[in-house]
Amino acid sequence: MATEVMQSAEPRTNYLNAGHTVKSWLLTLDHKRIGLLYLFSISAFFFIGGIYATLIRLELVTPQGDLMTAETYNKVFTMHGVIMIFFFLIPSIPAVLGNFLLPLMLGAKDVAFPRLNLLSWYVFIVGGGMFMLTMINGGIDTGWTFYPPYSSIYSNTQVTLAGVSIFITGFSSILTGLNFMVTIHTMRAPGMTWFRLPLFVWAHYATSLIQILGTPVVAITVLALGFERTLQIGIFDPKLGGDPVLFQHMFWFYSHPAVYIMIIPSMGVVSELIANMTRKRVFGYHFVAFSSLAIAVFGFLVWGHHMFTSSQSMYAGLVFSLITYAVAIPSAIKTFNWTATIYKGSVSFDTPMIYALAFLGLFTIGGMTGLFLAAMGLDVHLHDTYFVVAHFHYVMVGGAIIGYLGGLHFWWPKITGKMYPEIWGRISAAIVFLGFNLTFFPQFVVGYLGMPRRYHSYVPEFQVLHILSSAGASILALGFLMPVFYFAWSIKYGKPAGANPWGAVGLEWQTPSPPPTENFTYQPVITTEAYEFEHVEEIKNAGKAEALQTA
Amino acid sequence: MTLLTSFFLQLPFMPEQASSFAQEVDLFYLALWGLTVFFTIGVALAAGIFMIKYRRKRAGEIPEQVEGAMLLEITWTVLPFIMALGIFAWGAKLYYQMYTEPKDALEIFVTGKQWMWRAQHPDGQREINELHVPLGRRVKLTMTSEDVLHAYFIPAFRTKADVVPGRYTTTWFVPTKVGTYHLFCAEYCGTQHSGMIGKVIVQEPSDYQAWLGGGTKEPPAAAGQKLFASLACNTCHYEKSGGRGPTLVGVYGTDVKLDNGTTVKVDDAYIRESILNPMAKVVATYQPVMPTFQGQVSEEQIANLIAYIRSIGKQDGDGGTAAPAAAAQPAAKPAAPAAKPATPPQSGAKQN
Repeated sequence: MATEVMQSAEPRTNYLNAGHTVKSWLLTLDHKRIGLLYLFSISAFFFIGGIYATLIRLELVTPQGDLMTAETYNKVFTMHGVIMIFFFLIPSIPAVLGNFLLPLMLGAKDVAFPRLNLLSWYVFIVGGGMFMLTMINGGIDTGWTFYPPYSSIYSNTQVTLAGVSIFITGFSSILTGLNFMVTIHTMRAPGMTWFRLPLFVWAHYATSLIQILGTPVVAITVLALGFERTLQIGIFDPKLGGDPVLFQHMFWFYSHPAVYIMIIPSMGVVSELIANMTRKRVFGYHFVAFSSLAIAVFGFLVWGHHMFTSSQSMYAGLVFSLITYAVAIPSAIKTFNWTATIYKGSVSFDTPMIYALAFLGLFTIGGMTGLFLAAMGLDVHLHDTYFVVAHFHYVMVGGAIIGYLGGLHFWWPKITGKMYPEIWGRISAAIVFLGFNLTFFPQFVVGYLGMPRRYHSYVPEFQVLHILSSAGASILALGFLMPVFYFAWSIKYGKPAGANPWGAVGLEWQTPSPPPTENFTYQPVITTEAYEFEHVEEIKNAGKAEALQTA
Repeated sequence: MTLLTSFFLQLPFMPEQASSFAQEVDLFYLALWGLTVFFTIGVALAAGIFMIKYRRKRAGEIPEQVEGAMLLEITWTVLPFIMALGIFAWGAKLYYQMYTEPKDALEIFVTGKQWMWRAQHPDGQREINELHVPLGRRVKLTMTSEDVLHAYFIPAFRTKADVVPGRYTTTWFVPTKVGTYHLFCAEYCGTQHSGMIGKVIVQEPSDYQAWLGGGTKEPPAAAGQKLFASLACNTCHYEKSGGRGPTLVGVYGTDVKLDNGTTVKVDDAYIRESILNPMAKVVATYQPVMPTFQGQVSEEQIANLIAYIRSIGKQDGDGGTAAPAAAAQPAAKPAAPAAKPATPPQSGAKQN
């Protein structure tokens, strides 16, 4: 295969040049093209969500609410949260990288249900479009958590429309999960046993489980909220005979596992990055694989840790706290195994590895600060403060987005057939890392000092920390914008990548870049485990070339 | 440069410690930061050293492969697990202390509404967006909301509890330092959420007494007694049995039998429910004929009614459950029925 790609000058049919019409994209059943459709859509949402984040950080530079009214600010942080969570983070790695890579990694021609796959994108676009409509109509101000009775009775904003859009978008997530799960069960190439699967696939299997089992619950919850709001059916508002705490139980039953929808795929990416950039099989493969499943399963039993101060029973709280600590263990196992993988490896310093290292550090901080919040007596003080905001940004940005960016750099040559400029990749990774820490570390401190979430104005003594945070945000924004430009640049001017520029293992690297529409021109048969580098032609060839030079 | 130094010197890291919980919460917090720094530095240092030491030296390099090591896996599963259990236990212990209601506490009733905090002291003194409390005394807040969710958060005390419409929640603390501290609403409650803030003022007990002395006021139980008459509660709930509803004298803090065979403890939550939703739990042998007072009484009036019923309740019952403001001093005597029905009610009777 390697030889085949050397002649990349000569045009070859691949999934990108297989059709140039708009129709060939919008009606495509090719998982790779659908992955790219998702890439463009979620990047647009990330950009919009980022603008809202910028507005938040600008407002908080001064203690007075002087840039915008309180009403506008409340809409801004709500839109930031809803867009980033439902329209960027949840689809991000599964729908873009997962769609693109899963069939390639399994040695399959496509996912099990290509039409369903396209449908999931259309459902996403309809849901996303409706949310944009919500935005144009004035947005919503309930916070992304939609707690009633504020959301059901008191808010005068577009809650119903937003609820419908989230309801619809949920189906896109369910369809993707369903498709992946069936694909992993039925489409594996001959010889691809469960324990020969790349860890990226294991992570997506665990994620699919949550998407399928959890998402219907949030759909029901949003529906119930809609009924109360439009038909005055008392479910959550005590004035109508309902119970507001019931909503919190239902909401977090999905929304806590949803956090794992965002982070587990990123863990899968990091396993691939570290293995391939160090050319070592992942230390403790079975432990890393099963820890993804353990997180997915335990993750369903911890929702009450969002409710220690909500008037939930103390004894329920005790159980939720205990199980939450059980989730910490598989996360710790992964972190230690990744670190051990680097030991005695052949470590490359290319951008994907820099992102993987950033992930290791930031996810450790994000995970450890989760232990603060799961400790009931400490959570009483920390709950609903900026400490929580800092914690989940360390997990969601420092974990999920850093993993996503690392994966995007790693598989960019496969997706486009071109190399991005390595030096710019490293610079932007460093800027993202610095900007991120400057933005969110001060928020741990200001949170412990007592700064509550969702405050439009605040007491003056918190200003210094907010200024640091806003300064960091501007650096972070720069780091996020740079890849947009050099990725775009690389499509035209980037060096041709070849089939396997990293000397990586994995079936996706054994087919040309960009891959042909049918993924493989032959039927792959798997005879080895997931991370066996001694069979990688590119490394062997490089070794032979070096031997010739020294001889 | 000096500007920069003074900028950082101004950075505070911990809020003031002004309650009996603050010290232990801070200790716990710092201990967890110790662990966090240990693990983060440990992982980053190990990964960093490995990266540099084992950096790729030749393009064709294939390192020796290691499958894993069972002993290591067990170690880094079991050790974090034990550590996690320790953190769990400490957090649970602290929480248990915070959420076990104290005896002999000064009881203050708090109502949250968009976007203000009202507090009523046992002697009837009221205040808005402020909370005066005496130094060194156990203070218990019983709270409810008139509209949406709020949360009563006093960072200097390290306490917080959601304030939920339709139910009573409580929190308690012992102020340990005289001073003025922030009071924040921590649960998002709409447009002016960030304006729903106030001050907690810790005073020497004598100053607190002096502060209570100012202004005109009416003890909640007395106010409740008047309300009991003006709402004509006493036309059914007699001083003695025989009314269409059960007598309320001496029932607070006791268990009563319901018409479905179960029993319920007469506490604030039950009285509140019975005023707003009388059909929910009807006392045995009475008919469900009481009308709802939903919309006719404010949360504070309900609290006053509870205070009154509590003041005529089982004497020396230390109703350990949620108990609004009031009962410090029992109202003298049950209200005399304003107008006794001419004819004794027939079989028809009703719940409280």
